[in-house]
Amino acid sequence: MDVLLLSRIQFAFTVAFHYIYPPLSIGLGLVLVIMEGLWISTGDKLYHEMARFWTKIFALSFAIGVATGIVMEFEFGTNWATYSRYVGDVFGSALAAEGIFAFFLESGFLAVLLFGWDKVGPKMHFFSTCMVCLGAHFSAVWIMVANSWQQTPAGYHIVGEGLHARAEITDFWAMVFSPSSMDRLSHTVVGAWQAGAFFVISVSAYYLLRRRHLDFARRSMKVGLCVALAGSLLQLITGDISAKHVAINQPAKLAAFEGLYHTEVAPLYVFGWVDETHQEVRFGFAIPRMLSYLTYGDANKPVTGLQEFAPGDRPPVNFVFQTYHAMVAIGFALIGLSLLGVFLWWRGWLFAEIGWVRRLVLPLMVLSVLGPQFANQLGWFSAEVGRQPWIVYGLLRTSDALSKAVKADAVLTSLILFTVIYLLLFVLFIFLLNEKIQHGPEADKPVTEPEPLVPTQVLDQPRA
Amino acid sequence: MNLIFAQIPGIDGLPTLNEVWFVLVGVLFTGYVMLDGFDLGVGALHLFTKTDEERRYMLNAIGPVWDGNEVWLVTGGGALFAAFPEVYATVFSGFYLAFVLLLFSLIFRAVAIEFRSKRPEAWWRQTWDVLFSVGSVLSSFLIGVAVGNIVWGIPLDKDHEFAGTFLGLLGPYPILLGVTTVALFSMHGAIYVVMKTEGELQTRARGWIKNTIIFFALTYVATSLATLLYVPRMAVPLQNHPWLFAIPLFNILAIANVPREIHLGNEFKAFLSSCAAMVALMALFGVGMFPHLVFCHTEPANSLDIVNAASSQKTLGIMFIIACMGVPIVLAYTVCIYWIFRGKVKLGAMSY
Ligand code: HDD
Ligand code: HEM
Ligand code: HEM
Repeated sequence: MDVLLLSRIQFAFTVAFHYIYPPLSIGLGLVLVIMEGLWISTGDKLYHEMARFWTKIFALSFAIGVATGIVMEFEFGTNWATYSRYVGDVFGSALAAEGIFAFFLESGFLAVLLFGWDKVGPKMHFFSTCMVCLGAHFSAVWIMVANSWQQTPAGYHIVGEGLHARAEITDFWAMVFSPSSMDRLSHTVVGAWQAGAFFVISVSAYYLLRRRHLDFARRSMKVGLCVALAGSLLQLITGDISAKHVAINQPAKLAAFEGLYHTEVAPLYVFGWVDETHQEVRFGFAIPRMLSYLTYGDANKPVTGLQEFAPGDRPPVNFVFQTYHAMVAIGFALIGLSLLGVFLWWRGWLFAEIGWVRRLVLPLMVLSVLGPQFANQLGWFSAEVGRQPWIVYGLLRTSDALSKAVKADAVLTSLILFTVIYLLLFVLFIFLLNEKIQHGPEADKPVTEPEPLVPTQVLDQPRA
Repeated sequence: MNLIFAQIPGIDGLPTLNEVWFVLVGVLFTGYVMLDGFDLGVGALHLFTKTDEERRYMLNAIGPVWDGNEVWLVTGGGALFAAFPEVYATVFSGFYLAFVLLLFSLIFRAVAIEFRSKRPEAWWRQTWDVLFSVGSVLSSFLIGVAVGNIVWGIPLDKDHEFAGTFLGLLGPYPILLGVTTVALFSMHGAIYVVMKTEGELQTRARGWIKNTIIFFALTYVATSLATLLYVPRMAVPLQNHPWLFAIPLFNILAIANVPREIHLGNEFKAFLSSCAAMVALMALFGVGMFPHLVFCHTEPANSLDIVNAASSQKTLGIMFIIACMGVPIVLAYTVCIYWIFRGKVKLGAMSY
């Protein structure tokens, strides 16, 4: 395999793996603020217990998010040196801002959040929770700004030629507010809220099924459902806006999303299979004129098809079509599930011992944690593969962006190393997560009392 | 003001943005070495403890902070990317395998910290203890090797691409610097342990301080001699501006001050001394390199310096504003966090 393919596989693998955790941190961060805020304002001990429990889960996803994020931060340099030279002037400032504003905030206050329950007062603790949540959101802001610039470059000019060409900032704010950045930021952040909310729903449903920690589970479920419903509906809106703007800014990508080859008044496929050789969608179910209507608000306006682009400038079509449609399908399923949950709660059936709720709805809720996770991954795959063959849309091709100093065997070695360590990290994550969930929340104690010491003598082992 | 700056070698008049960023990137990496240095050092000393409880104290001494310490590396990397993208691209693609190995061991170490105390079985804990320690030593060593290569110089072609090999990075001088770094971090870590613990473990850690200082002093002398003999360009600024000898002098005094403060029971001051020594070492490194960031020993004209490797003035300016807003806040709450977690470690329900 060549360096290009290996580097792409490695980047996709490491970033996809990284992206399992940040959405959880962002989403749970929001949930924590809500829970602790409710505790401060109502004084209800149960909220305190909830905040403590979900903090532990937050810490876990955060720790692995950091470990995998460090790799991402340097991978631009290691594998995509030419790209780094090209975008450094524009892109670097977003990344550095991320470090200074987001990561420090998050990791610093996280220490207070975790280890500081008895060292600082409740107000200070709540403040720290807010800061951690804010930090998590900030990291999304700056990284999305950077990534969106690479999707829809703005506020730059090109200096130098050929191998030495590079983009330089001319207008910082135009770079920050590049045409796609705010759409994509809002869409990813809401996707992260969904990830957090459905996580809470899933664990609560599990406790309800097992009849454990019932008060805790009911209350958490309610918070989870509120965030989930709001998030899922909002996601439809932000997703729709994103799609409209993709049609303007990256028409080839939109055409690939929808498997559209000819410029025409276009139907919207609910599902289908793109036959790339015959350039048509097969086995599909389509709503006529719908794509034109959704894109332009005009059911008679033609949408640009892939044939307008040279074959070398088209992304892989079927792959992008499938990932995109799967994301949208999951999006609707999540709306359905959160509506159902809220409805059952409103009727008072959700927490009653009703057979079909316990047999069907709660198990579905336990599984629902996977929904946003898959939607997030699929969304990224469609956005990033849909950007191909460009690494910086319209300016720099992915194949020109590699590190010239790096050979294929080196990338293969690193790919193997990362696979090993990430498998280990994933096992660790599942193991610790399971342990924390099985252990469950701890009944609330007065905050001022110090934690009891674990009798470590029991654990003492003679040195080997 | 101008007069003061004019004293600094290579600078006449007010410093340019490029010079400011040379210093700022240096400051971020110095922050990283000072902070992650002690927790890597604690890792290196981890296996010298006697009981499981002691090991838990070691881990929990760094528990609330090690993660935040690594943020300095991330931010240093980000700042390097933004201010000197050529350097970021050249160094990380050039040191590819070495760097991947560093990331690998840093992550491994994090995994070990998290896993270790989760099960009571002896084999489980001992395995993770060993891995934690190996990960820490390897990380420290590789950081040293990287610095060693930067000092020694690396082969670059005229497009600023690295033109050497992975094994070529493992020359005797970089290895010596790697060992020196392990020694330095161990000393720093030992002082930190003394500061954060009590009783038997503290007594043991006092012993480590003695040994690690001797270890460090030996490697330090060896490195200094090797540098003077084989990389004399690092010493040229000192010859031209003799007042710069204040830096190595300060460094030696700071290190000599460590045993004194420990003896007097001022553990915190001892720790500060050791931090000061690290600042001096980084300053020495910076002064020796300036204005180069990566020196090409095969063809000096291909070297990367603060001008040919930098981003545009506009970006440097924007970033400078970001740094002016962000850095004071970061410093303020870093100090706050360390203040909240001051004092001796106690084991509790949330501990590792
Ligand atoms: C919980 C996660 C989730 C859910 C339910 C959805 N999405 Fe999404 N989507 C994402 C998570 C996501 C994402 C991971 O956040 C992406 C990937 C890159 C990005 O900017 O956002 C994304 C990208 C993305 C893009 C591409 C943006 C670009 O390339 O610039 C479009 C057009 C949509 N989405 C549209 C939708 C629609 C119409 C949905 C219907 C409900 C939908 N998404 C549900
Ligand atoms: C290639 C792209 C990415 C890079 C280079 C990157 C870089 C990093 C780094 C270096 C960290 C560790 C920070 C620390 O030490 O505290 C991190 C964590 C994090 N990243 Fe990423 N990241 C990427 C993609 C993303 C995306 C797309 C998002 C969100 C939309 C995101 C959100 C976060 C968050 C919230 C954290 C905090 C850790 C956590 O909460 O899990 N990252 N990232
Ligand atoms: C965290 C969620 C993300 C996921 C799941 C993701 C997914 C992917 C995938 C699948 C590829 C490979 C595409 C291909 O080669 O066909 C890719 C490439 C890439 N992505 Fe992303 N991405 C994410 C976030 C980001 C962010 C935030 C940035 C930049 C700030 C970024 C920058 C890149 C770059 C530089 C490449 C390599 C060149 C390329 O193949 O286009 N990605 N990503």
